[in-house]
Amino acid sequence: MAKEDRIPEVDIVVDHKAGVIREVHPPHKLRSRKGHERRVNASIYVVLTIISIIWLAPFVFLVLQSFRSYITENGGMVSYLIPKQFSLDNYRFLFQPESQYLRWYTNTLIIALVCAVIQTIMVLSVSYVLSRMRFRGRRFIMNMILVLGMFPGFLTMIALYFLLKQLGLTQQGAIPGLILIYVASSGMGYYISKGFFDTIPKSLDESARIDGATRFYVFKRIIMPLSKPIVIYTILMGFMGPWGDYVFASYVAFGKSESYNVAVGLFRWMNTRDLQGYFTRFCAGGVLVAIPITILFFILQRYYVEGVTGGAVKG
Amino acid sequence: MAHKFARFFISLPGRLVRGLLTLVSWIGAFFKKIGSEIADIVQTFVHGDWKTRVSYVVMGFGSFARGQYLRGILFFLFQLVFNLYILFFGGSYLAKLGTLGTVQTTTKNRVTTYGDNSFLILLYGILTIFFIIAFIYTWRVNIKQNKISEQILKSGKKLQSAKDDLGAMADSQFHKTLLALPMLGIFMFTVLPIIFMVLVAFTNYDYSHQPPGKLFTWVGLSNFKTMLSVGGANFGSTFSQVLLWTLIWAFFATFLNYFLGMMVAIMINKRGIKLKKMWRTILVMTIAIPQFVSLLYVSKMFAADGLINTYLLKWGWIDKALPFWTDGTWARITIIVINIWIGIPYLMLIATGILMNIPADLYESARIDGANAMQTYAKITLPYMLFVTGPYLLTSFIGNINNFNVIFLLSGGGPLSMELAGNAGYTDLLITWLYKMTVNDTNYKLAAVIGIIVFIITAVINLTVYNLIPSVRNEEDFQ
Repeated sequence: MAKEDRIPEVDIVVDHKAGVIREVHPPHKLRSRKGHERRVNASIYVVLTIISIIWLAPFVFLVLQSFRSYITENGGMVSYLIPKQFSLDNYRFLFQPESQYLRWYTNTLIIALVCAVIQTIMVLSVSYVLSRMRFRGRRFIMNMILVLGMFPGFLTMIALYFLLKQLGLTQQGAIPGLILIYVASSGMGYYISKGFFDTIPKSLDESARIDGATRFYVFKRIIMPLSKPIVIYTILMGFMGPWGDYVFASYVAFGKSESYNVAVGLFRWMNTRDLQGYFTRFCAGGVLVAIPITILFFILQRYYVEGVTGGAVKG
Repeated sequence: MAHKFARFFISLPGRLVRGLLTLVSWIGAFFKKIGSEIADIVQTFVHGDWKTRVSYVVMGFGSFARGQYLRGILFFLFQLVFNLYILFFGGSYLAKLGTLGTVQTTTKNRVTTYGDNSFLILLYGILTIFFIIAFIYTWRVNIKQNKISEQILKSGKKLQSAKDDLGAMADSQFHKTLLALPMLGIFMFTVLPIIFMVLVAFTNYDYSHQPPGKLFTWVGLSNFKTMLSVGGANFGSTFSQVLLWTLIWAFFATFLNYFLGMMVAIMINKRGIKLKKMWRTILVMTIAIPQFVSLLYVSKMFAADGLINTYLLKWGWIDKALPFWTDGTWARITIIVINIWIGIPYLMLIATGILMNIPADLYESARIDGANAMQTYAKITLPYMLFVTGPYLLTSFIGNINNFNVIFLLSGGGPLSMELAGNAGYTDLLITWLYKMTVNDTNYKLAAVIGIIVFIITAVINLTVYNLIPSVRNEEDFQ
């Protein structure tokens, strides 16, 4: 550190009398450099602290308001932040059958778990094949997926709805219906995991193949054990995705409140039903959704970061 | 970068002509291929034995007769299913595809007699066409199989047994095993619906033509004319306004987040800054918590009776509530600002990874040359970041054009405006407008038109990227 600080702090003085060039280390400059550094760091700390407050504030507010009693105080939006009296009224309401919150929560959990499993299998199959194998039609498949990806997602909403309706998977059957929709085209999101497979040396496969291993064996025994980060990333994405889907979920469940997922249910509490009573309940419901997902996310954060950065760099 | 763009646009006409020529040559090659296929089919029939000839009518007969029972049965089953499908289901839909149905649904004495259902005719009509193409392909494979089998037997070798076939599924044909299910899913739930919706853009399918009560039919390009016409408070001018805002939004959402996110990353990663992990974790909270919780809550925070307004009023900083969501311009700015809150963490993560990869000696020599912080940023960090994240920037631009969640959860596209048609609001993107058209107005024909236009915009941007950045193209180089 000290050495680096000194290097640029050299004044070059040409000594005409002696006819030489001298390097002078002015001591005051060294000190001012350090002071400058300290001031910069201090201002960075200030900025980072402000940023942190802005980033955390909404979540702190959310938690605070979820503890406001809707019986003794107001359940809607009020002009103060910290509840006069902390209570668990809203959380108690969530666990009553009339609120249907538990039902929505289980629905979403089932969808998320099933999606995480099937989606991972689909995505890894497609990306493995496109990364490791060369066959007729490979380029065609990749170009086709690229072109299909350019269509906006909600364009096909009605078509999908009626497809599901033909299969009897709307309203009452919304849960399997949603799983089907989420999972069916998930192979199109192969890019990030293909990028990962591309970095595993092909010589590994080839030497195994020479020893007589089948493609399936190579996939199961050589590639998969090396791909733990990307497998976890894919599972994480598959699991987190369904929690946030409002659009398809509300369209497919259409009017059947037993088939809602949490996003649809809470969105209704926030927007279409009586806002005054349901605002703090929304907060409580939101907290209960956010906690497990956030914990899961932070446990697996390393894999998420690898996936995101890898995806961004390779494009 | 700038001269690259310029060069790209100068060379555009040349590229277009070349592209067209390639297309023509592809079409030529396609017909040539069809010709040679037909010739081969005839040849196989003329020179083949009786087993092969029967296979022209009964698929899989040849395979079965030569002892490849599994293949024979599968071919035969496929043909059976296809014939039954066409006979009892697909055929009738296919026949009505030209008109999308003519028999109206009528109600007489409270008894409804259902006529044709244009929706199902269109959907199953497309499905039937695809089934027919698949059948022709399989039929061709069946004939080829016969030809190959004959040759193998003639040369005195043995045919593949069913066991060999199954073994190949895990080895030489492993890609087919792995791709079968994903491709079927993509086909049924992406390709089919997309083709359906593209065709809907050429019909009059809307609230007054809703099956099963009413029929809809082909109307040619009239929906595109409605959407792209100019003048007055109609769809044409609304479309151009929404499009303009979509592009402005995408620009700010991409580049503002990009530079601010990079700055935050540089600050956190600066030497001497402690608690790096803590700062990062705090920012990443917005990624971890589902958007419908955080964004809905934030949108209520900015409401007229929300926390921000009530506190500003209480402290006496303002006299009346700030119109965050009720004034068009305010709403647009608010959304862009809140989006920074969502976007910075992603960029921070990405930039952190890249910043660590910048060779440290670059900075070292810059310091020796006496460069200050701004200069090192402009000459080293920024060019390096832009170089590495070039593809990401442009894909995220496209992502923002289609950024439904942020707009929908924050403002719902509002505030509404009398100047805009089709219930569009000031903050509506094309994609949220499409959603409103589908769900609220059931104006499917125009929703389909918007979808196609978004596709065209995306495709143009993508093609530009593809031509400007060679690293996207040279897939094998990377490996």
